[in-house]
Amino acid sequence: MKHIVKIMTLLVAISALWGGLLQISMVPRSHALLLPIYFVVCLGCYGLLMVGVGLMQFPTCPQEAVLLQQDIIEAKKYLKPRGVDVGSD
Amino acid sequence: MEDKNKYSIIIPTYNERLNIALIVYLVFKHLRDVDFEIIVVDDGSPDGTQEIVKQLQQVYGEDRILLRARPKKLGLGTAYSHGVKHASGNFVVIMDADLSHHPKYLPSFIKKQLETGASIVTGTRYVKDGGVHGWNLMRKLTSRGANVLAQTLLWPGVSDLTGSFRLYRKSVLEDLISSCVSKGYVFQMEMIVRASRKGYHIEEVPITFVDRVYGSSKLGGSEIVEYLKGLVYLLVTT
Repeated sequence: MKHIVKIMTLLVAISALWGGLLQISMVPRSHALLLPIYFVVCLGCYGLLMVGVGLMQFPTCPQEAVLLQQDIIEAKKYLKPRGVDVGSD
Repeated sequence: MEDKNKYSIIIPTYNERLNIALIVYLVFKHLRDVDFEIIVVDDGSPDGTQEIVKQLQQVYGEDRILLRARPKKLGLGTAYSHGVKHASGNFVVIMDADLSHHPKYLPSFIKKQLETGASIVTGTRYVKDGGVHGWNLMRKLTSRGANVLAQTLLWPGVSDLTGSFRLYRKSVLEDLISSCVSKGYVFQMEMIVRASRKGYHIEEVPITFVDRVYGSSKLGGSEIVEYLKGLVYLLVTT
């Protein structure tokens, strides 16, 4: 099944649930009508929260840049006398 | 079991004369007891990348470093299929030539594959012991946003979709290449999403990513548009 179909199915199921809720009027109709808006807002908040959390916990590795520079010096030292043109310095 | 496996490391290059020398040295340094070959797919670099590769062949042997050049820039996806055609290993590693992928992680890819029997081992920057260096806030924000969007819409089952440091079983890579049509780094995302949909066993290992040391970074503003298009494309085709 194409992924878009899965997502559509999920959305249809949620809509059906909402439609049912409107029919049986378990909650006041005015409240139930607003539920899709809450849903969209929640989805947006979830997205922003995930981006925010991801940004705060973004793993960085400054030490790796230093190690890489050391590796580069080491590689040049090895390759240069063996006839590989690794530039000056 | 280990001595039966052979790993073909495919490195597509375009104007990477210094980086290719450094990366080859580091691969040989970190893969000591492993049977491997390096396949450089150079897209007619004008900076003399191929000259350097020939010099490296003199040092390490022409059977260990294969130069499989193409006349002009033909794109990443076809570079992989071109490289795979010449690969003699039963496993293929794909990595970038710009040193953002450090060869010191190769042993952990191989170890993970041997432990789990996975068909694909993919490097991820977004877990403990992984990480990125050299990105500004905007770049991080874009990356996180893109990732959340893709995770929410595609449910791919892997944490790093656009990373391109991966180990594939050769037959699996051939199968994936033949079913992927995207270009650029959307291609990386398509490969892993299709692999996930096809039910291949995918494992992850942490890697660090140090943004290009030499040369300029290839990320532009239009990439975001390309990414979104890629996302929609994957939504409707996988």
